[in-house]
Amino acid sequence: MTRWIAFWNILLKDMRTYYLKPPNISWGLLFPLAWTAMFFIKSGKGLESIPSLLPGLIAISILFGSTSMLAVTVTFEKKNRSFERLLLSPIPLELLMLAKTGGAILFGVANASVPLVLALFVTDLSRVSWVSLAPAVVAIAMVSTFLGLFVAVSVREVFEAQTFSNFFRFPMIFLCGLFFPIDSLPVFLRPLSYLLPLTYGVDILRGAINGRNSMPLGLDFPVMCLYCVVLFSFSLRGINRKWIT
Amino acid sequence: METRPSHTPAPPENPFFIEVSELSKRFGEVAAVDRVSFEVRRGELFGFLGPNGAGKTTTINMLTGLARPDSGEIRVGGLDCTGNPKAAQHQIGVVPDESNLYPELSGLENLCFCAALYGMRKNERRGRARELLETFGLKEAGDRKFAGYSRGMKRKLTIAAGIIHDPQVLFLDEPTSGIDVASARHIRQLVADLHRAGTTIFLTTHNIEEAERLCERIAFIVRGRIVRVDTVANLLQPVREKHVMAVSASGSAPAHCLDLASAFPFLRFQPLSEGRILVESPDPIRVGPLVHFLDDHDIEVIEARLVQPSLEDVFVRVTGIETDAMTKEKERVAGSA
Repeated sequence: MTRWIAFWNILLKDMRTYYLKPPNISWGLLFPLAWTAMFFIKSGKGLESIPSLLPGLIAISILFGSTSMLAVTVTFEKKNRSFERLLLSPIPLELLMLAKTGGAILFGVANASVPLVLALFVTDLSRVSWVSLAPAVVAIAMVSTFLGLFVAVSVREVFEAQTFSNFFRFPMIFLCGLFFPIDSLPVFLRPLSYLLPLTYGVDILRGAINGRNSMPLGLDFPVMCLYCVVLFSFSLRGINRKWIT
Repeated sequence: METRPSHTPAPPENPFFIEVSELSKRFGEVAAVDRVSFEVRRGELFGFLGPNGAGKTTTINMLTGLARPDSGEIRVGGLDCTGNPKAAQHQIGVVPDESNLYPELSGLENLCFCAALYGMRKNERRGRARELLETFGLKEAGDRKFAGYSRGMKRKLTIAAGIIHDPQVLFLDEPTSGIDVASARHIRQLVADLHRAGTTIFLTTHNIEEAERLCERIAFIVRGRIVRVDTVANLLQPVREKHVMAVSASGSAPAHCLDLASAFPFLRFQPLSEGRILVESPDPIRVGPLVHFLDDHDIEVIEARLVQPSLEDVFVRVTGIETDAMTKEKERVAGSA
């Protein structure tokens, strides 16, 4: 019970001090809005293009929201040494890091809701399979957050966190089938697409929104879970090796 | 300060709360801590003194679980923490040398958050936080953000956060460094109160006067090795057995030290700056012959006063390091941070 009190309070503290701050809320709203507008205008097809753009917009909103926030907040706390306070408390490291990442996961899910809510007003989403869309959103938020954690553990400075995050994020925009089908990529780049976790998340979203997934859910979800486990484990190993010297 | 009932009763057979044996830690080629052994008794206020880079922080980090020892053994509260530092973390409070609370949270919120990290329930943590804000003279500032606190207030709140869960042992790293005199006095008083209330305290400080005033026993660490551990009384005994007098005189009195040593073979003379001489003797020093001797050499004695040797003299003798240099180095580091 005492561990869960700590877990819940770390999560609440992060939500209050980072994620619910007006600049972050506006970032969470504006960023998906900007992407939506950009791709809507770029498609030039009118409102009927929304369902085909939606999986990519949801994925990119989560990816940028979760990775940015976590990589920056953890690096910031490490830098001003308040993270030591958490490491010195009697909570298992795994639970502590789940609490720290919980806020970013929720932030990612909230970011996903922006293009979804907008789409509700302009297009028909009655054929969307919410049963697979909802876990896909959570899975993408988790993978993105753990990627952000991996970045935070790998760098020392806040600006390095942003730079290193972009090293992963920007290739994902083009390689994971967010807006361009993987089949349209040059043949030598396609294997790279299947090494990136977002490919599987976007595939679930495509299936849920348009019924056009290219891989079975039985593959997509386990691969996403595997990435979560691997990224989280590597991050914990990094914390143990670098921060508890 | 109020003693809280949550302290686990000590096993009567073991008088030590912290036991460190042959503890070592290397960073590359550098032995930061080299086969360090010591014990801290239950309820003791134990000082850990040494110059910068001596291995104090590395030792504290290993004791609290922020660093892993390469070899050796650590027991805290009877629990073996060598491989499992989490084992005793609920009994430990840590006040780092930097006030590292959350700037966006108020004083009260910071304390409540720290209490929650130790599993305290909402009502309990709010009550304890308010009690500590009052004890530390921060009641009025409880709702203000930590970022807006003065340095002294930040230090006090950081100490309050370290004891929010009523730990059995408190690691205090430089509690009064870089703060005003009044706040430093208040903090020393609070530390003494905590000690009286039964908390074991492991104090690291560059302020030797502070250590002398507060600590019962002191360990000196130099270049990663403990060079001396003893009670303050025992450490001071050899220097206090001597009689020391500082003589201020006009002109070039220090230049006559050799003449003085020839004339008074049972006394030891040490030239100091600005016409001052330090005179040491195992017996009481007779001032008259000294004054006559200097007068015969056309040197006027302005003042002669007995000097009470302090722990600082012991520190200089044991470590071979001038404390002024240590303090300046500390201030330089603090200033550049």
